[in-house]
Amino acid sequence: MQPTRSDLFRGFLGIGLVGFGGVLPWARRMVVDQRAWLTPTEFLDLLALCQFLPGPNVVNLAVAIGTRFRGILGALAALSGLLVMPVMIVVAIGTLYARYGSLPVIHHAFTGLAAAATGLVVAMACRIAWPIRAQPLAVAVALAAFAAIALARLPLVPTMLVIAPLSTLLHRRTP
Amino acid sequence: MKDTTWLALIYAQLSLVAVGGVAPVLPEMQRQVVDIHGWMPASEFAALFALAQAAPGPNMLVATLVGWHVAGWPGALAATAGMIGPSSVLTWAVSGAWHRFRDRPWRTAIQAGLGPVTVGLVAAGAGLLAASTSQNWPAAAITAATAAAVLFTRLHPLWLLAAGALLGAMGAI
Repeated sequence: MQPTRSDLFRGFLGIGLVGFGGVLPWARRMVVDQRAWLTPTEFLDLLALCQFLPGPNVVNLAVAIGTRFRGILGALAALSGLLVMPVMIVVAIGTLYARYGSLPVIHHAFTGLAAAATGLVVAMACRIAWPIRAQPLAVAVALAAFAAIALARLPLVPTMLVIAPLSTLLHRRTP
Repeated sequence: MKDTTWLALIYAQLSLVAVGGVAPVLPEMQRQVVDIHGWMPASEFAALFALAQAAPGPNMLVATLVGWHVAGWPGALAATAGMIGPSSVLTWAVSGAWHRFRDRPWRTAIQAGLGPVTVGLVAAGAGLLAASTSQNWPAAAITAATAAAVLFTRLHPLWLLAAGALLGAMGAI
């Protein structure tokens, strides 16, 4: 299924509007589950590239998906769809929050929202881990990356420079 | 130089070193915005970051908010364009080759190698996020229930977020 530039703009417009607390789970839902532009494996493939390259991951994802189907104009369509509403909304919220953020009920609602948004990212981690569950080597690499970043709190760039080539080499030896 | 020019330059630099997203460059962002340019105190920067995370859209919107705070709409647009410009050009240039070479052995090896690293990084992101939002057991329960609902039901995630905000506003956390 080949999305048009208009499809790309509208698809990512929807993600930008609803993507509270990180947009990647919503992007996967739209691209894989709802519109079937990519298979789960293709999505993981593009996501891997977008997390490897510098820049905000979901912005890279919009550019990569737009480029893949409709070239540079597709990338611009997906990018503007993704960002136009959030940019306006975040400035509007910034204005409101400067005025009312000290009210306890607003503060507590934000705390509950953040907790629920965390749950979406947890679910996404489970979903993308599912396809590699039967591959011991891949599971070991995932656990090593998790431990380095989340537990040892190592800086990302040196960690990636070590673990990405290592993982690639290991996967080449055992196809 | 004007503030908008500085904003575009600072965020264009950050864009190219933001490997793994925006979170790793936050300390450098704060150093530039608070220490070097003195546009706001550190507490203000932290508040803007929390707000960008609670708003819909990518986490990089903290750049938009900082730009807006410093120089209004021109600042917001300059910082946003800086934050996404260079990395987007790089992604555009590389993603075509990434797809074109999909059947080459080295391409398959790199992909097979990066996939599990990605799984680990997303899991780490989820873990670090949970470490800051799970302040007590009701908050952790909301996180767990939301994750379970996403995985095992067809409920729209927006309802789950609304439920979380409502429970928070009612004082459950």
